[in-house]
Amino acid sequence: MRYLLTALLALGTLLAGCSNDADWHGKDISGLMPELAFELTGTNGEPVHAGDSAGHLRMLYFGFTSCPDVCPDTLARLRMAINELPEPQRQQVDVLFVSVDPGRDTPERLASYVDFFGERITGLTGTEPQLRALSKRYRTTFGYDEPDENGNYNVSHSSAVYVFDHKGQARLLLRPDLSPQQISEDLARLADQN
Amino acid sequence: MSGVDYLLPYDFSPLTVAGSLLALGLYGVALLRMPAHDRPGPGRVVTFVIGVLLCYGVMQTRFDYYSQYMFFVHRGQHLVLHHLGPFLIALSNPLPVLRFWHRTLGLAGKPWLRPLAWLYRVLQHPVIAAVLFVGLIYFWLWPAVHFDAMLSRDLYWLMNWSMLLDGLLFWWLIFDPRSPATTAALGYGKRMLMLALAALPQMVLGAWIVFSREMVYDVYEVCGRAWPMAPETDQLLGGLLTWIPPAMMSILGILILLRRAMHGDTPRPHQSRSQSLANGGVS
Repeated sequence: MRYLLTALLALGTLLAGCSNDADWHGKDISGLMPELAFELTGTNGEPVHAGDSAGHLRMLYFGFTSCPDVCPDTLARLRMAINELPEPQRQQVDVLFVSVDPGRDTPERLASYVDFFGERITGLTGTEPQLRALSKRYRTTFGYDEPDENGNYNVSHSSAVYVFDHKGQARLLLRPDLSPQQISEDLARLADQN
Repeated sequence: MSGVDYLLPYDFSPLTVAGSLLALGLYGVALLRMPAHDRPGPGRVVTFVIGVLLCYGVMQTRFDYYSQYMFFVHRGQHLVLHHLGPFLIALSNPLPVLRFWHRTLGLAGKPWLRPLAWLYRVLQHPVIAAVLFVGLIYFWLWPAVHFDAMLSRDLYWLMNWSMLLDGLLFWWLIFDPRSPATTAALGYGKRMLMLALAALPQMVLGAWIVFSREMVYDVYEVCGRAWPMAPETDQLLGGLLTWIPPAMMSILGILILLRRAMHGDTPRPHQSRSQSLANGGVS
């Protein structure tokens, strides 16, 4: 019986430790994921590395330009969140939109798409193995539906935004139900820690 | 993807490959070297190998990819790691193989083994074993814990290995081949009680997942599914896999134990005592 109580106590402590992110709106993922690293292709066709935006807060989001609602909605909320930040902080935040649909999303198509969503956004894509490696690194994946008669197909992808601090450490996971204000508050706090 | 790709690991784990090879290797060597009257028959050997291969398969083939990104496949993975695989391994009665290595390596009375033996006895206390068995399922399916475990590679492997080790301990206790009449092994009644009591909370949890209207495990939504599937369908299938097959396996376990207990009730004077012991009390 004594063992049982000890085991239950230990379990309780563990559970309490796991729900200790009440002060962030997003989910605290410090220590759960590796630091930001990738090699992809930018909208100008040139290679882009994680180091190119070092020193900034980076928000990584996987999607595709034919995405009917989730992607434009998320990107619009990120733009609003960034616009709510004071000017000096705004210049320290980058959105990295990674298209996981290289079959349809050419760099040109991606360029005209991301232009809708403000100045702080970078469109990125790559070969399927590159994209698989990056999504595996962040414990996410994507998949393709069977194309319909017009060749349109749906793509399943992560609906969350990964936030990395200026050092490239994974810090927050923003679920799709966060408002721009909540995202903005989290970003301001992270920027203050810089 | 070609057929071979489906057999290759999605996330290579040297520990898992080494552990499976070691288990099969040690088993094989013991089979070749042990005295013929101790040697398990082909049925038991096949049962053991299938058990090990199932556990290996769900961790080190393409199955693991789908387990990481579909809730119901993940439940299938844990069904194998915590129930089916260890169930088969324990049922195959590898006790003669363990005794062979115990003898060959001269492990009896080694002082460094004492803490391990103590820990083993604590974990195999029937109350602790049953609480641990159900507790681990609840722990890893606690939504906040589950979310972290699916996001962190280290936690993910800790989760799967803890489920496998606990499954082996639990089913080994249940199918301990030594007769409770002649050894200190747990009585059949207590074993059946453990199985019945362990089944109830699992059924409650599974039914709760099935009948939850909102998304309980949104990590699969957040991190993308392996293919586009309605989240409700995924959760429903996962709940069913948590609810029904484990309950069925508890009943199957109880039936197997009942059969053993009934054999124990009938005295069979023609079977010599030494043969019965060599078989570990299993006929």
